[in-house]
Amino acid sequence: MGFSATLGQTLYRFDDLGSLLARASPARSGDRLAGVAAGSDAERVAARLALADLPLRTFLTTDLVPYEADEVTRLIMDSHDGAAFAPVAHMTVGQFRDWLLSDAADGPALAALAPGLTPEMVAATSKLMRNQDLIAVARKCRVVTRFRTSIGLPGRLSVRLQPNHPTDDPAAIAASILDGLMYGCGDAVIGINPATDSVGRTTELLSMIDDLRRRWDVPLQSCVLAHVTTLIQVMERGGPADLVFQSIAGSEAANRSFGVNLAILKEAHEAALALKRGTIGDNVMYFETGQGSALSAEAHHGLDQQTMEVRAYAVARAFRPLLVNTVVGFIGPEYLYDGKQIIRAGLEDHCTAKLLGLPMGVDVCYTNHAEADQDDMDNLLTLLGVAGCSFVMGVPGADDIMLSYQSTSFHDALYVRSTLGLKPAPEFEAWLATMGVMDSRGRMRPALEGTGAGRLLASSTPKTGEAA
Amino acid sequence: MSNGTFDSAFDPWANLRRFTPARIALGRTGDGLPTDRLLEFQAAHALARDAVHQAFDAEGLAEQLDSLAHVIVRSQARDRATYLQRPDLGRKLDEADKQALTAMNCPSKGSHDGYDAVIVLADGLSARALHDHGAALLRVMMERLAGWNLAPVVIARQARVALGDDVAAALNARMVLMLIGERPGLTAADSIGAYLTFQPKPGVTRDAERNCVSNIRPDGLPLPVAADTIGFLMSEARRLKLTGIGLKEDRPPELAHD
Repeated sequence: MGFSATLGQTLYRFDDLGSLLARASPARSGDRLAGVAAGSDAERVAARLALADLPLRTFLTTDLVPYEADEVTRLIMDSHDGAAFAPVAHMTVGQFRDWLLSDAADGPALAALAPGLTPEMVAATSKLMRNQDLIAVARKCRVVTRFRTSIGLPGRLSVRLQPNHPTDDPAAIAASILDGLMYGCGDAVIGINPATDSVGRTTELLSMIDDLRRRWDVPLQSCVLAHVTTLIQVMERGGPADLVFQSIAGSEAANRSFGVNLAILKEAHEAALALKRGTIGDNVMYFETGQGSALSAEAHHGLDQQTMEVRAYAVARAFRPLLVNTVVGFIGPEYLYDGKQIIRAGLEDHCTAKLLGLPMGVDVCYTNHAEADQDDMDNLLTLLGVAGCSFVMGVPGADDIMLSYQSTSFHDALYVRSTLGLKPAPEFEAWLATMGVMDSRGRMRPALEGTGAGRLLASSTPKTGEAA
Repeated sequence: MSNGTFDSAFDPWANLRRFTPARIALGRTGDGLPTDRLLEFQAAHALARDAVHQAFDAEGLAEQLDSLAHVIVRSQARDRATYLQRPDLGRKLDEADKQALTAMNCPSKGSHDGYDAVIVLADGLSARALHDHGAALLRVMMERLAGWNLAPVVIARQARVALGDDVAAALNARMVLMLIGERPGLTAADSIGAYLTFQPKPGVTRDAERNCVSNIRPDGLPLPVAADTIGFLMSEARRLKLTGIGLKEDRPPELAHD
């Protein structure tokens, strides 16, 4: 099946749907590396012209990654909700973009539509959207999930407290956790990337956070981002595992490179549900994604990296996650070269995931060999705050000393919340007020005299001193 | 700012800083970062970025090698921007350089089959790491490889780890030791990573078939300690005829006590 469009005097031909999508994608280094990017700006716009006229239902009859060979394609096709799709079934991709921006596409309409959308439809449409479209449409989507806090309520922005340490030293991690709590962070999750993937260390770190949570009655959930098979063993041995984490991607082969498949994820999901540790909800999964991971695993099936990324969201939504985030600038400049590409990708990932009904957050981040700095991160963070992003990262001083990259800091979280009038999750906000971390005007200004915050710090310091 | 202090420019829990090198208890001005902390971060990031983009002085490094035989080559990535976006080109030797190396190769003759190993000094993501520690690391490495039939030292520009596979194939060397500048972090911008590969096959060898020793720098893994570990791995690789997940760094007790 070929496609074509004329721009000026030139007729551009596109061999198949996959190359049409790839050529229509905004420029990024990863698609050039894969050899699928448009050769010129004109070819890119010609591809968008052809894509705009394509019926949305084309994506229900074309498998970009073969159905027989890929369980992610089978999941997408077999779980498609035809009734939910009906209101937009007659539209082309271009008409669907117009509809998304229209007054008719309000929060309830978008929520009802989500099960009727496939990743490929959403990816295709996003390629016709400017950054402001991605922000405006994402802002209209409402996705609320719950475990011990509520994620994604209007006017709220949650923060994952990320207290990593190069050797998983519990005292060092505890110090970073206390610092983050004093800055009002941690309502999405306290999530540690472990340096070593072991059942024993994972259980030790989870127990430390669980003790803190119960002693100070903090409404929060914890997670050690070890491999899903490690967490299954932790749960089997009775470890206090709130959430199960896994990195996922958009094809069966890419997921294999992460050592997972849908059956393993299902097993972990059921094990976590059986523990019934959530107090106000039972969303127990936490997924990370990122453009370029499929190409990096040589499992992209000739598709562009953004389409492959959105396919990963089909995997995520099958397990009703509490949290999903793209690690947008982590993968490096061979996939996203500079601040412009990272910002575009972050907005795409957030909007497309929200359209598919996911509680999407973003790790606003970069590495030292990318053409990006804190100014670019300020831009993306602010844009995501406007777009209604579910959560961002809080890393001490923006410097992750274990993973050696730069993310957003506790200070950045304060900035975006105060500048845009966003609040923490309501359960966590109430705790911050009770403890004296938050003042009567909703600002994080910890009072330590005769408050819970003061007692928390005083009690924790000698304890960590012994550990050191 | 009447009395020169802000109520929140200092976090009272700053005593926690002794537990972690993480940037905690930085203090605040309003919701923002105090000026000294802002500039502290920018200084670390600037050093890291400069290390990534600093031009590699291959000739200067060659001069530090005293009388050791060496040759300078480059990858197919012509400049830094290409190098950063096209890792595939950084893994391939320039065609003319490949032919030059082939002309220097060690012919297979009876029991004397090619070079035992070739050592490559490569810029990678930090030329500064090689400028500062490359020659010194090579020197301590050579002391541990007495009796080895080594190829001339290769100095490589705009190189990724897998460029060593092309180098070893062209020179007919059974093993390649790649000493390459690591991606700079905010803490250190001068680390060398060592990658050891037995019988590399260009375009085929996977990362799981290599052994890596990382964070080699005076304030990280000291050079002599790194050289001991690498020397041990090279001897074991030659004995077992493999590298990668089948070759472990853990030395048997009798060797560790040497």
